[in-house]
Amino acid sequence: MKKYKKHSLLLLVIVMFILPLLLDIYWLDVLTLVLFYVVLTQGLNIVVGYTGLLDLGYAAFFAVGAYTTAILMTTFHWSFWLTLPVAALFAAVAGIIVGTPTLRLRSDYLAIVTLGFGEIVRILAINLDITGSSSGIYGIPRPTIGSYVLSSQQDFYYLILIVAIISVLVVYRLGHSRIGRAWVYIREDEDAAEAMGINRIRLKLLSYATGAVIGSLAGSIFAVKMSAIAPLSFSFLQSVMILLAVVLGGLGSIPGVVIGAALVIVLPEVLRGAEDWRYLIFGVALVIMMIFRPQGILPKKYETEDRSDLDEKEETNDKDHSMSV
Amino acid sequence: MSILTVKNLKLQFGGLLAVNDLSFTVEKNTISSIIGPNGAGKTSVFNMITGFYRPTSGEIELDGTSLINNKPSQITKLGMARTFQNLRLFPNLSALDNVKSGMHCRTKEAVWGALFHTKSQKEEERLIEEVAQECIDFVGVRKYMKRSAKNLPYGAQRYLEIARALATKPKILLLDEPAAGLNFEEKQYLIQLIRRIRDEFNITVLMIEHDMGLIKEISENITVIDYGCKIAEGTPDEVLKNEKVIEAYLGKEDVI
Amino acid sequence: MDVFLQIFFDGLVMGAFYSLIALGYTMVYGIIKLLNFAHGDFYMLGAFIGYALLSFITGDGGLNAGLLGIGAVFIITMIIVGLAGIGVERIAYRPLLTAPRLSILITAIGVSLSLEYASMIGWGASYKVYPIKLSKNGLEIIGAQISFAQIGLIVLSALLMLGLRLFIEKTIYGKAMRAIALDQSACSLMGINVYRIISLTFFIGAFLAAGAGIMSGVYYGTINFMMGFIIGLKAFTAAVLGGIGNITGAMIGGLVLGLVESYGTYYLGGSWKDVLAFGILILFLVFKPTGILGAKEMERM
Repeated sequence: MKKYKKHSLLLLVIVMFILPLLLDIYWLDVLTLVLFYVVLTQGLNIVVGYTGLLDLGYAAFFAVGAYTTAILMTTFHWSFWLTLPVAALFAAVAGIIVGTPTLRLRSDYLAIVTLGFGEIVRILAINLDITGSSSGIYGIPRPTIGSYVLSSQQDFYYLILIVAIISVLVVYRLGHSRIGRAWVYIREDEDAAEAMGINRIRLKLLSYATGAVIGSLAGSIFAVKMSAIAPLSFSFLQSVMILLAVVLGGLGSIPGVVIGAALVIVLPEVLRGAEDWRYLIFGVALVIMMIFRPQGILPKKYETEDRSDLDEKEETNDKDHSMSV
Repeated sequence: MSILTVKNLKLQFGGLLAVNDLSFTVEKNTISSIIGPNGAGKTSVFNMITGFYRPTSGEIELDGTSLINNKPSQITKLGMARTFQNLRLFPNLSALDNVKSGMHCRTKEAVWGALFHTKSQKEEERLIEEVAQECIDFVGVRKYMKRSAKNLPYGAQRYLEIARALATKPKILLLDEPAAGLNFEEKQYLIQLIRRIRDEFNITVLMIEHDMGLIKEISENITVIDYGCKIAEGTPDEVLKNEKVIEAYLGKEDVI
Repeated sequence: MDVFLQIFFDGLVMGAFYSLIALGYTMVYGIIKLLNFAHGDFYMLGAFIGYALLSFITGDGGLNAGLLGIGAVFIITMIIVGLAGIGVERIAYRPLLTAPRLSILITAIGVSLSLEYASMIGWGASYKVYPIKLSKNGLEIIGAQISFAQIGLIVLSALLMLGLRLFIEKTIYGKAMRAIALDQSACSLMGINVYRIISLTFFIGAFLAAGAGIMSGVYYGTINFMMGFIIGLKAFTAAVLGGIGNITGAMIGGLVLGLVESYGTYYLGGSWKDVLAFGILILFLVFKPTGILGAKEMERM
């Protein structure tokens, strides 16, 4: 079973690498956008899915990555690759700055505060000179590997594909570690987690910071791919769309979230012509989803036993309800 | 030798004095109980000892170390574990994953190890798995190991919470009404379990309980609280004969 | 001095809008502990429905838009939006009253998106110019211009809030609301139809927000389908400022926020206005989540 899963995953990766040869430029662009969303949703998945902290300002970290890279490359003429660790560092710090005051807040207040932070970042980008005010930053140079300049649609597809694979791996491995479990314990019951010796403050901050770093990575690549960025790309609606992808797919579930990312991007393309309707459709979809299937399309499974096995146990339950020694 | 010392503990919520000038000690390797009528302040005392409430004044020491101003997680790391009055398991996670949480404070691998699956990380994961399974076996819920905590029978959930606390490798275990909601047979099993915790692991047990039968059977020492004050202390026989205690439970004028 | 006073009056009008919207937030939160994210959109809906009705009565072949006509439009709009509030509660929130907070918050975002983009589809994405505009006539008080319109809006808002106060304090429905806020299950045991009171709360909240919506339409002159988003957040800030769940607090919070913003805009420049509001919100949520009028909460580690 496990082997079968591994094989199909490998196959998927190979298909993803071959796809650019088969797709036209339009669908390649759509697919690239899906991969951006895969990275972003994986990052948000850590914060919302694993740790259970509702973040409505996640686009802010996307912005921190994009602007850091853009400014360092245009004003200071840095190499793209060198801007990545700096952007990640800034994002981590931003994550901790957002996280620290929210540690004691209840989930609904937390949502509002993160939204407020997200808006503040956007307003800063509009008003500061270094971020190019509302027109943003343009003329961001292309990244190079040795003497090769990444410039074509395909180049960026492969770049973001690799980053998407890495981010999925990172989130998977973190999720299956002591740290990832601690995040989930906090989501399930904060007080009980604290009573079990889990320092919730430290782990929540780590969750914010990790999520922010992954978001910033997507931002950095976004900046060089678009070669121009503006505050409009980092609005509240962007945060909502990323959250929507995570929720639709299934909080905490990696394959679910990937599906969510694909749906959120591809659906509007398929519904083209119904352009005006897309946010209305998404809004209604959110409500319907929460009422009828709050766990998402492909929810995370926590019971590791087969269901059939369980049902059997259910029947015998009455007999051995009292524990035998 | 005492393991837990509580001195002049006081807790005030606004105008309400929930705990007033409470002092008691718990001896190493004993099974002790705190009893008292509903609303007497027992759970508040537990919450202060485990760091969930900050006492208005007073001192709490575990093995000579002051616990005041420590976070609950730090206190757990110092060697104190607890269960909750109304079961606080991680409902969606498997029983095994629930118990693994206890090992968090006894392990140290961070992001790096998780990402690169270093040798020490793998060893640590093995250790966590091993200890968690041991604890599950110890309380006897192995057959439910892979099921979500919320789908376990009620009794098993109670035992699972104890297993989770044991996984933190405590010196002292605080049980908040462990027998609440259990039937007769389950209570008998619980009594065995508490004894085994003390005898096999040398863990001191302090519990809050309402079930007098259970307390009489296993408690070596009882502290009685009413309106936040200590009104009696001693062995079960001494305490249950104490007039103040009878009065607190039954009222002065009432004739039954 | 004249500038100072001028800013004061401008802030008062803005503050009155915030107060009216904040009341809905606070009442719904007080009663079912739900943060109705979509509340700001009732304000927008009010502005648009008022726009549609006013266009109808002032348009060709329409009725004469006398003071009576405008008054009727006000009331009809507020009732329509109030009913929309009940509808939203019934369809989206009621099935989730016992669900985890995360689910219900996400639902609220969904409702907000739906209302905004349904309005966009209905009325278009561009700014709409309101069919009637208030005259600039007014009086001068120590050098500050205050128009009759401003006075009218402030008086109208005050009357609405006074009405609400009386409703909550003097009627049996108001008493039921206060009781439900304290203990919902005890109320249903006492034979109070809890769901009906919750519906009523949504009605009143949306009703007041719609009132603010039309007033802002006639006051500022233009409306847009996204107008409810930012003002909703600010009204929430006002509710938090006054202590969420506290009716008087929401009124005071709205006025305070309106004034702070008004002076802030003058001294710091308009582009930082929103940062100021969000900054206040974050500071209050973090350091005094119970607001100006709220009690101190128990200290927990």
